[in-house]
Amino acid sequence: MKFDTIIIGGGLSALTCGIKLAKAGRDCLIIASGESALSFNSGSFGLLSRLPDGTAVEEPLKAIEQLPSSHPYVKIGIDNTRRYAASAKEFFADCGISLRGTERNLWRYTSSGKMKRCWLAMEDTTAFVSREDKVGDKALIVTVKGFQDFFPGFVAESLEKKGISCRCESIELDELDMLRSNASEMRATNIALTMEKDKIRKSFVKEISRIRQDEDMLILPQIFGYEDTRALEDIRKAVGMPVTFISTLMPSVPGIRTQKMLKKAFEAAGGTLMMGDCVTGAVIEGGKIKSVLTSNLGSYGLEADNFVLATGSFFGKGLASDFTKIYEPVLGLDVDASEKRDEWYSSSFFDRQAFIGFGVKTDNDLHPSRDGEAISNLYAAGSVLSGAESLYEGSGAGVAIITAMYAADKILEG
Amino acid sequence: METKMQEKNISANELEQCVKCTVCTAYCPVLKVSVIYPGPKQSGPDGERYRLKSSLFMDNNIKYCLNCKRCEVVCPSGVKIADIIHSARETYGRQIPKVRDFILASTDLMGSVASPFAPVVNAVTGLGATKFVLDKVMAIDHRRTFPKYSGTKFETWFRKEAAPVQGTFKKRVSYFHGCYVNYNYPQLGKDFVTLMNALGVGVDLLEKERCCGVAKISSGMFDTARKHARINIASMEKAMSDGRKVLTTSTTCTLTMKDEYPDILGLDNTSVKDGIVLAIRYIYEMLEKGEAKIAFKEGYRARAAYHVPCHMEKMGLSIFTRKLLKMIPGMELVSLDSNCCGIAGTYGFKKENYARSQAIGKALFDNINAVNPDFVACECETCKWQIEMSTAYKVKNPVSILAEAVDIEKTKKLNNA
Ligand SMILES: Cc1cc2nc3c(=O)[nH]c(=O)nc-3n(C[C@H](O)[C@H](O)[C@H](O)COP(=O)(O)OP(=O)(O)OC[C@H]3O[C@@H](n4cnc5c(N)ncnc54)[C@H](O)[C@@H]3O)c2cc1C
Ligand code: SF4
Ligand code: SF4
Repeated sequence: MKFDTIIIGGGLSALTCGIKLAKAGRDCLIIASGESALSFNSGSFGLLSRLPDGTAVEEPLKAIEQLPSSHPYVKIGIDNTRRYAASAKEFFADCGISLRGTERNLWRYTSSGKMKRCWLAMEDTTAFVSREDKVGDKALIVTVKGFQDFFPGFVAESLEKKGISCRCESIELDELDMLRSNASEMRATNIALTMEKDKIRKSFVKEISRIRQDEDMLILPQIFGYEDTRALEDIRKAVGMPVTFISTLMPSVPGIRTQKMLKKAFEAAGGTLMMGDCVTGAVIEGGKIKSVLTSNLGSYGLEADNFVLATGSFFGKGLASDFTKIYEPVLGLDVDASEKRDEWYSSSFFDRQAFIGFGVKTDNDLHPSRDGEAISNLYAAGSVLSGAESLYEGSGAGVAIITAMYAADKILEG
Repeated sequence: METKMQEKNISANELEQCVKCTVCTAYCPVLKVSVIYPGPKQSGPDGERYRLKSSLFMDNNIKYCLNCKRCEVVCPSGVKIADIIHSARETYGRQIPKVRDFILASTDLMGSVASPFAPVVNAVTGLGATKFVLDKVMAIDHRRTFPKYSGTKFETWFRKEAAPVQGTFKKRVSYFHGCYVNYNYPQLGKDFVTLMNALGVGVDLLEKERCCGVAKISSGMFDTARKHARINIASMEKAMSDGRKVLTTSTTCTLTMKDEYPDILGLDNTSVKDGIVLAIRYIYEMLEKGEAKIAFKEGYRARAAYHVPCHMEKMGLSIFTRKLLKMIPGMELVSLDSNCCGIAGTYGFKKENYARSQAIGKALFDNINAVNPDFVACECETCKWQIEMSTAYKVKNPVSILAEAVDIEKTKKLNNA
């Protein structure tokens, strides 16, 4: 079976590339072995929050000039990076995903109540222009009784350092009692699904109004917005004070919602999605991929003119390691990685980790190579690429989106 | 030494690959509507860790799993969650199947008994009083419409009408028709034979065909399932000995024979696994390789909404249906959102599951109503019952859609058939 383009992977990078190609009329297949890092997303996208030397970044599109030439933003050309970054909001809006952000990084809360920089914030993620921004002086932090993936105490501790006094409460509702009878159901996504019902959300909000004393701001875990992103505004109106949603432990409600919307946009544009299948290898002839093989289809190859590898980093299984080496497991591509195992990681979990910057080696057009030989109809995009320390730099989504757009344009030009 | 440690840690169905990300719980259709079910992570990898320590940790509510495999499709780590759950039901389960479960699971036995009396059985299962008895005595939900039993079994029709001419074809395939085609819907089998013959391919039945076993697995009758599976494997081996394929029109039978035989029943099916091919894929590949040609009727027009059955999604074969149906001039194919219809074979027939089953399917029904197609395209027979019962739309198997859209006489000529 032949397609114009086959994309391996089902995350932010694969879907961005696929949507762009499908909208341009290309017959495009996405093969994804499972859900992606979007399921754990914080409700915001990062482009660049910190330079490799540790300097904090206020204006990411200015700061990219200071990145090394091995960084994907520099590889594809700084002007291209700026151009794609500028088009991102409109691109996602066309998919029904509304994002907020300017040339300056915003500030958002992490699940522990700390503040972190981000580039674009999802519609119902509260983001601030400055770290010092305070929407109130007295916070009411409310969670659902029995919900274990949100820590009001940590959040209160962080807020109190900013001079905001906090009171933590947890609410019991008959409708949520049902969920509580099953520990594994007390997950952000399942609660959010229940909260989607107007009646339940209303009684939850009523309960908040009942327990409110003189607080002037409300903090809730992000257990709203399964599909309906207007929950934030609804609650704000009902309680009559500013409301902030704070991301929970995974799975992430806004992340999964975004993932679903992107898949929908891809299919609506005429793309074909193959979920739950895993690319196991490829037939490569004369420096070009002819077809890829999958675990479901066995020896039946799927052909295309162009291929995109967007399989993510170690977590997505786009990269793998054994005791001696770091490697790219699907096509056996060349990688940029240190050969010494003791340089791969720091034994302190919270330290900066070198392995995050490892990845597939490419030329400036994002063509990877195998045994030193470039593969001319293959592009790599997203966190499978080498050169970006996404966690340290806060560049995960930016690299995924921008390199995917670049690869799509290269394919459309070619 | 470290490698040895890792090798020692390998357990069945990728249990140790679970990174506890809980993505599976976010996509399980049962969890969305019900509380008694512990969910994929808890019933699967998490619970298994405890069960391995002591069978006292077995929670019988894992039986509410639909075996839809949606959790496996989304799991980023490739854990065979549903296989862990269903293997646990056998290993640790202490429940003896009820008479009701036995009857629902015996799709073949019930079919053989009912077929000769089809008009009577259909009338009786449709009657209020019978449904009352089924409901109260047997706990089969009275709101359920029953699949009709057909008067003439597919096998009987085939032996009489089709078998004699199959010898004229050089290229041959064997057909695993399944219980549904045999007893409830022979028309699909007839469409299949007509289409294959027009494409220049002769069809034979297997020497012995037993129920694939899916209903027995879901009702906990593992030993019977295994007995039948062995007969099927032996028959298929025999048929494949001359290199031919065994084609299927049921997605669930296909998945069961290819994947559940080894993963849940622990049977070795390597000799036949790759030779079992869903008809729609076989037809597509034949056309692609130029081994057959196809001509469509002029003026055929249809707007179909495609529902990918859970097991089709799991097997990754929907691309073949999409490409084939899009070949039909005059066909507008609209993709429905990926949702479970809620019936999951005999699951939705059980009284305790009826409400859950309908609640799970609601998103799909609403989606179909909003699309308002001429009909729904779908490969699965139980999805067909569920959708036809719950919406006003007819459901057609892609094989039947093709048979309808193809100009049979012209196609025959193209293939010298
Ligand atoms: C837990 C976590 C939280 C994060 N949170 C944020 C955040 O809040 N903001 C931010 O900007 N960045 C965040 N990131 C960074 C994140 O990696 C990027 O933002 C971005 O989502 C990466 O997208 P991707 O498409 O490159 O890779 P991934 O999202 O990892 O997707 C890889 C895809 O490829 C598929 N795949 C892999 N191998 C195969 C194969 N052989 N065959 C078929 N399919 C295959 C996988 O199933 C998956 O669908 C986070 C990362 C992690 C791990
Ligand atoms: S999705 Fe897979 S890895 Fe994640 S918790 Fe479920 S079984 Fe474990
Ligand atoms: S197979 Fe379906 S019903 Fe069973 S746990 Fe997985 S998603 Fe839930």
